[in-house]
Amino acid sequence: METREVVLPGELIERKGRKIGKGVYAENDRVFAKVLGIPRIDEDEVSVIPLSGVYIPSVGDRVIGIVTQVEISGWSVDINSPYTAFLPLSEGVDFFVDVTRTDLSRFFDVNDVIFCRISRVTKSKIVQVSMRDLGSRKMRDGIIIKVTPSKVPRIIGKGGSMINLIKNKTGCDIVIGQNGVIWIRGERKDKAIEAILTIENESHVIGLTEKIEKMLGG
Amino acid sequence: MEELYTLELIEKGKRVDKRRFDEFRKVEIKEGIIKKAEGSASVRIGETEVTAGVKLDFGKPFPDSPEEGMLIVNAEFTPLASPDFESGPPGEDAVELARIVDRGIRESNCIELEKLCIAPAEKVWSVFVDIHIINHQGNLLDASALASLVALLNTKIPKLEDDKILRGEFERNLPVVFKPINITVCKAGNSLLVDPSFEEEKILGAKLSVCVRDDDRVCALQKQGNKELSLEDIEKMIDVAIEKSKEIRSLIR
Amino acid sequence: MKTREKLIVDGKRLDGRLPEQLRTIEMKTGVVTRANGSALMKFGNTIAIASVHGPRALFPRHLQESETCLLRCRYNMAPFSVDERKSPGPDRRSVELSKVIRLALEPTLFLEDFPRATIDVYVEILQADGSTRVAGINAASLALADAGIPMRDLVAACSVGKISGTLVVDLTADEDNNSEADLAFAMLPSKKKITLLQMDGILTKEELNKLLKLAKDSCEKVYETQKKVLKEKYKRVE
Repeated sequence: METREVVLPGELIERKGRKIGKGVYAENDRVFAKVLGIPRIDEDEVSVIPLSGVYIPSVGDRVIGIVTQVEISGWSVDINSPYTAFLPLSEGVDFFVDVTRTDLSRFFDVNDVIFCRISRVTKSKIVQVSMRDLGSRKMRDGIIIKVTPSKVPRIIGKGGSMINLIKNKTGCDIVIGQNGVIWIRGERKDKAIEAILTIENESHVIGLTEKIEKMLGG
Repeated sequence: MEELYTLELIEKGKRVDKRRFDEFRKVEIKEGIIKKAEGSASVRIGETEVTAGVKLDFGKPFPDSPEEGMLIVNAEFTPLASPDFESGPPGEDAVELARIVDRGIRESNCIELEKLCIAPAEKVWSVFVDIHIINHQGNLLDASALASLVALLNTKIPKLEDDKILRGEFERNLPVVFKPINITVCKAGNSLLVDPSFEEEKILGAKLSVCVRDDDRVCALQKQGNKELSLEDIEKMIDVAIEKSKEIRSLIR
Repeated sequence: MKTREKLIVDGKRLDGRLPEQLRTIEMKTGVVTRANGSALMKFGNTIAIASVHGPRALFPRHLQESETCLLRCRYNMAPFSVDERKSPGPDRRSVELSKVIRLALEPTLFLEDFPRATIDVYVEILQADGSTRVAGINAASLALADAGIPMRDLVAACSVGKISGTLVVDLTADEDNNSEADLAFAMLPSKKKITLLQMDGILTKEELNKLLKLAKDSCEKVYETQKKVLKEKYKRVE
């Protein structure tokens, strides 16, 4: 693995005609880092991957949320972000419900954990989530832990290699939300948690896969 | 849900950070870190960090104790230390903590206040202990009491010249004769645990803070949390606190 | 102007420094684990800690702004940070300093990225030996970067002034109290844009220009240490 230099906000990034991605800003045709992170120069785009920061919702993200309030026509959902999301009734269940006669807690109640998708984000960051697609569901049993959202790609690994390693070695069911919330179910969940937290804390260490493999045994 | 996991582990006799129930996190004590103060200490218990500073000033004694110095303990839960702390005057948690620390120091008679008289009924030394929370990861009380005690132990009384305090020049050490140690014991199912982490504190509603002097006498108690305790619980908790206080006291220079 | 004693003897200051020499600088990030970002900064005996909470939801709701994020700062001195115990809580000085610190940081932030939210910056002075507001700004800038907050640049700050007729940088409390002039200064170091400028005392225009140049050079030195500390924290380890 190649060692890449960390850049600070305000540091110049080589552009060479590429487009401007996330974590950078342009000023007088020059491009600078906007966050503390690792620069990434793709074929047609420059960006900086942040090393820290809270989760800011973006349409299409798959997240794990916790229902905080049952409302008249939907649910408020905590998505581990400065912004609370709303799950409208029509995006939560796919059949007709007469809201004048039904208490929506029948479907999702306070403290229920749901795997859902960010479906809309307005300019002032009013956020809507949806469960009308494959994979969205209420998560039963299990526990959740939170990690720094920017560490999620490292925990998943290239093509899911890291998370599959943990699943295979511990036999746990694990679902990762892009908002840094991770759901885990299984007998050996303490091992899985230990591995995930190690990756979070040592994400900058080279040879992490081997270390996790050793940690989980065999 | 994180809380459920913490609870699930505790029911199995385990802790998230793998400690035994009667085990403290690593305790680190640093002394004399604030040169502007007459005494100071920083205590870390795991990632919890508290700084205590002692300032000495003139005070007018109370009429009923005209020859005794005065003790004032104050705690600031700075909003820096936790997303749950807010700016503004001390809230009930900060005031309660300061008062528990105050009682442990006062009732143990660890400071010889009668040796702090400058002019009877007129002028005595006031000992201000200020507790500043830097990072809140649980068990602030035990950390604050320990930081306050260590700060008092290294406090020096300034020299006087023409009735003025010469800051930075000292006459003698503050007379401190006991080392009262505060130990908070939590009820977890049928067992007891010490030094609760932030997550453990949130779910353990039955706690007792016990302040123990060097001669194993108990000098202050405070039942904490919103759950009840039995007499048997209390008896056991005090035993645990007395035992544990020896270990923590031995860490002080 | 009270000039209690000579503050410069044989071209050196009472702590042995040359006029244009900063005190020993110490910086460390991640000191408050419950915050999104944090840092400690020392100029000699002056110790400042800053932590950043946010961006986070802002309540009560009527404070929310639909197009931008609120930045709130609080500068506070520990009661034991000074010779005569400071009684806890805000006074007029700390209210003003909280405001100028906020304004020193605001130009570097992309607040519009977080509509309706708030970023809270808390600065605690554990020991005050002069230059506390600029130490607080340096710590706050590191804490913001550590928190992953989008910024145009870091912010570097320092104090300069005139003591016993000599222009100096990084004043101690003793020098500050007996100075002919003192000036607090902050800038976005790679943009060379000034975000804090406060001065009190008497200076000629030439002296002022020279001091501003000294302040800029000193901020560049501070910036070098800030960069080093942030990069080292995240250095990849073999």
